[in-house]
Amino acid sequence: MTFGKSLAVAALTMMTAAGAQAQEAANPAVIFDLGGKFDRSFNQASYDGAERFTKETGIAYESFELQNDAQREQALRRFAERGHNPVITNGFSYGSAMETVSQEFPDTDFVVIDTVVEQPNVRSVVFNEHEGSYLVGVLAAMASKTGKVGFVGGMDIPLIQKFACGYVQGVKATNPDAEVFQAMTGTTGAAWNDPVRGGELAKSQIDRGADVVYHAAGGTGIGVLQAAADAGVYGIGVDSNQNYLHPGHVLTSMLKRVDVATYQAMMDVHNGAFTAGVQVLGLKEDGVGWALDENNKDLITPEMQKAADEARAKIISGEILVHDYSTDGACPVS
Amino acid sequence: MDFATVLQLAGSSLRLATPLLLACLAGLYSERAGIFDIGLEGKMLAAAFAAAAFAAITGSVWIGLLAGIAASSALSLIHGVASITLKGNQLISGVAINFLAAGLTALVGQNWFGLGGQTPQLGPGQRFLAIEWPLADALLPVPVIGPIYRHLISGHNILVYLALLAVPATWWILYRTRFGLRLRAVGENPAAVDTAGISVVRLRYAAVMIAGLLCGIAGAYLSTGMAAGFVREMTAGKGFIALAALIFAKWRPWPALGACLLFGALEAIGIRYQAITIPGLGVVPVQFMQALPYILTVVILAGFVGKAVPPRAGGRPYVKER
Repeated sequence: MTFGKSLAVAALTMMTAAGAQAQEAANPAVIFDLGGKFDRSFNQASYDGAERFTKETGIAYESFELQNDAQREQALRRFAERGHNPVITNGFSYGSAMETVSQEFPDTDFVVIDTVVEQPNVRSVVFNEHEGSYLVGVLAAMASKTGKVGFVGGMDIPLIQKFACGYVQGVKATNPDAEVFQAMTGTTGAAWNDPVRGGELAKSQIDRGADVVYHAAGGTGIGVLQAAADAGVYGIGVDSNQNYLHPGHVLTSMLKRVDVATYQAMMDVHNGAFTAGVQVLGLKEDGVGWALDENNKDLITPEMQKAADEARAKIISGEILVHDYSTDGACPVS
Repeated sequence: MDFATVLQLAGSSLRLATPLLLACLAGLYSERAGIFDIGLEGKMLAAAFAAAAFAAITGSVWIGLLAGIAASSALSLIHGVASITLKGNQLISGVAINFLAAGLTALVGQNWFGLGGQTPQLGPGQRFLAIEWPLADALLPVPVIGPIYRHLISGHNILVYLALLAVPATWWILYRTRFGLRLRAVGENPAAVDTAGISVVRLRYAAVMIAGLLCGIAGAYLSTGMAAGFVREMTAGKGFIALAALIFAKWRPWPALGACLLFGALEAIGIRYQAITIPGLGVVPVQFMQALPYILTVVILAGFVGKAVPPRAGGRPYVKER
């Protein structure tokens, strides 16, 4: 065999190998945001959805946890290059990276959760967090004995203001005299993973009289719930059901069904039924809600449950219109 | 701002200043002996991980504390071997320790617990809980003294008090004992100490190991006192703030306490007042409040501190004349 021939053979072998690899890699990929996939909140919900897909179909998926913002585009491109389908990203910060990469790989199906990217191969899933937050606001106002409640957000962005604004509206609708303390953890991605600071923020609100503290802060929220439990008051979880973290001290959790969004996207591609475009999941679609399980059933009185159910029905029917902070960047109440 | 708010702020400052203070004193011992230590951050991080991990595994916060001290001391020993025995560059060794700790904690954490580099949540017996001092609630009605006793003096965990006690202890050791005198001398003029027939190497190792001990307590405080578990990069630059405080304090124990309390207070204010309205100027943005500790560090170090002279032999390995 001449050198040229052997080179050609080698090249051919490599191509076949690459082809086989690409086929093997046609399974889904998920990219988790800075909080990490075990933040027991937003990212973990997505993780749960992906795990459920794997359990039901036996198809494995690839995943990646971002360590810093610079990796966003790189990670996304790498998964697309390796032929993963769909590629799912979590977090509002993925907008611009998705915009760029989705155009480079028109045959790949992309899913972006928490922000909107207008591309023919991208499904954007956003949630009506203000509606779910309104309901936990109603519950918080009814559970509070001091008439003071708190909110701790992660990174100071419109999305988190949307949580805060919905929550305040729910509180004020139930108890117009209630006072709501609001705090944001920070202005960078690190704000999603700083439980020490989260705990200190919650403590400062509890010191001022708050006896229910709601967090929308990813991994930072673990510190918030811990501080609330330590002080013997109530915390409210977010995204995933966090009632189990401190049974008896987590009043409820505002559920954001990121798990369903992730699972559904994987299933749709699996069944060849993937659609691009914007999906808005609100109370009506059961995309948001509040958690009631054996850990908090003693904390929720029948009156509270009734009030929350009524508010839910009214929001769905349009009788109560919860203001969405992200539409105009302002909140009517504070 | 009423009296109760001031007390809450003071309490919060104290809690936030504790890890800074312990790390700052650790740096003080090491640097006073002539060994620069920018690995405070890494040692704290390793200790925070070890403390939380062992507390979670064994169920005892005290074993966690010991594990934290052991982890931090191990890194100190590496720093000692590199910079004292092998006469390497102390800054490079410190940087290496920071990287080593950042990588190892996440890796080992993932391997042990499979939670993405975190440890499990710690329960009540696995954490240092706040201690209520006797009669704290009974004395509350007493004006001024009652609330101060209840909110500021009582109600912190034991490591906070330990850190505060470490300040007079450090002062006494450095300025009132023979060991302290020699330690300070070895950072200024090791040749003179050597001439007096005292081992420079042994003194420097002792200083570095004391630094390891204090960083270990600081790390354990972060993960088992302030928080309830370890998360990646949880020291978040506290080791470097502690170094800034050390320079600000000009390598002296009592000013170190003041500097650390100042940084703690700034952070507490940043947490408490996210949007301050100043009459005539409008609202001070949150970003400014959160950046304030760092801005102040730069300002203080750049001008207001006066001339900060480090120990004269600092950073230089001691080579015996032949």
